[in-house]
Amino acid sequence: MIKLINVHKRFGELVVLDGVDFTVNQGETVALLGTSGVGKSVLLKHMNGLIHPDSGEVYVDGLSVPHLRRKALSKLRSRIGYVFQFGALFDSMSVRENVRLGITDQECIADDAYCRNRVSECLDLVNLPAGTGDKYPADLSGGMRKRVGIARAIAGQPTYLLYDEPTSGLDPVNADIIDKLVIKLRDSLGVTSVVVSHDVRGSFRVADRIALLHNGTIRTMGTPDEVRASTDVAVLEFFERDFETFLDAAG
Amino acid sequence: MTTATLDVRRIVGRFSLTSMSHVGRLAYFSVELVRALAEWRIWVPRAFEQAHQVGVGSLFIVLLTAGFAGAVTALQTGYQFETSLPVYIVGGLIVQTIVLELGPVMTALLLSGRIGARYAAELGTMRVTEQIDALESLGRSPASHLILPRVVAGTLMLPVLVIFADAIGILSGYWFSATGVLQLTSADFIYGAQYFFRPWDLWYSLIKSMFFGLAISLVPCYMGFSTRQGAEGVGRATTAAVVSASVSILFLDALLAQILLPNA
Repeated sequence: MIKLINVHKRFGELVVLDGVDFTVNQGETVALLGTSGVGKSVLLKHMNGLIHPDSGEVYVDGLSVPHLRRKALSKLRSRIGYVFQFGALFDSMSVRENVRLGITDQECIADDAYCRNRVSECLDLVNLPAGTGDKYPADLSGGMRKRVGIARAIAGQPTYLLYDEPTSGLDPVNADIIDKLVIKLRDSLGVTSVVVSHDVRGSFRVADRIALLHNGTIRTMGTPDEVRASTDVAVLEFFERDFETFLDAAG
Repeated sequence: MTTATLDVRRIVGRFSLTSMSHVGRLAYFSVELVRALAEWRIWVPRAFEQAHQVGVGSLFIVLLTAGFAGAVTALQTGYQFETSLPVYIVGGLIVQTIVLELGPVMTALLLSGRIGARYAAELGTMRVTEQIDALESLGRSPASHLILPRVVAGTLMLPVLVIFADAIGILSGYWFSATGVLQLTSADFIYGAQYFFRPWDLWYSLIKSMFFGLAISLVPCYMGFSTRQGAEGVGRATTAAVVSASVSILFLDALLAQILLPNA
């Protein structure tokens, strides 16, 4: 379970998070929506300790993330897969080496046969052909790079998956493929997921609950039906651009 | 007048604060590296790769520069000492100049551009493309995976390159003093070189090379690691890395001469 309580974060004069309360229950997928630059990625990075809050608490599995010592934090991070917005693949390594780096179990890292099989398994899970393993990130399309990023994130068999804009910059076909992948991974691996996104349609499709980050706080959080029923002006304004989609999704 | 005075104070204050914050962060960064020493299984193989790149990759340009440095030293010494001093002094002067100063300092300045810029740009790009965050999010330490191999390679390979630079510089100096204005004989050159040579000089050259190697790898790694704000930030970090590493070399050169040379 991930729990953020009254989290504040500012960069210089800019207040990004101003008292965020956010909970993700075991096994559910939560989509975190919001306008560009509102602090969605910053909030996500609090969950695996890449950013520490100025004040407030961040708990994952009951552990206070900002207060964990180095080894405990490494151990926790090995249970949290993080999919970066632009893939963040190591460009000097092949796809195979990138995914292999995601295998975090110390006992398995030295076992070559296990690692080879695990890498192939992960590439297969994200629907990438086996030959992709020998390519380098520069040889891949945007959609493939995102899928390699996902393969690396799941290589360590995580309990949690944090997706930072997994469909941004992709055409609708590739965005659909990624959405289906998020659902497939939730169903096949049973992971708890947080999906940061701009994509309203995709979010309504993949998420059990939806949260809207607005002016540094969580403006609304609930099931897709609860969010649709919201009469909050800020919520309505955010969804206005996707209004037809919103209504379509509402049936 | 008052405004100008205030501005100067503000500039000095801001500069002092920035400098102190860099010193603090560099100290913290160095502590992280010391901690990462325990993860030798990770950094040792990577340090060999980096050492190969630093050593083999830089050898040609280092030898070329050392050859020209030796030649110019011989020609200028010949020009200055043509009639006034015993010619064997030239042998001593060339060897001492190359071993004590030109070999280590020129090699270090050269590598601060070649290696320092590369380290800062590589790590800066990795920072702005979130590759360093990705490494951390996989529970791995950037210090043992990225920084320590580079710092160890730089610190250990610079003395090796300086040995080559010293050797080529001296040979080139001998060649040009033998064929130039002075027509110095081998016997005169060797006599002069031995007359002024102290074994400590060679150790001094290697010890200061290690410090220079540490500076040209640690400072750029720190600058690259601290990069912010995209491509512009990478450019800024790379420039700052080369300038800071070069200034560090000059500062260390003076400091180590004061500390390590007897009666300096």
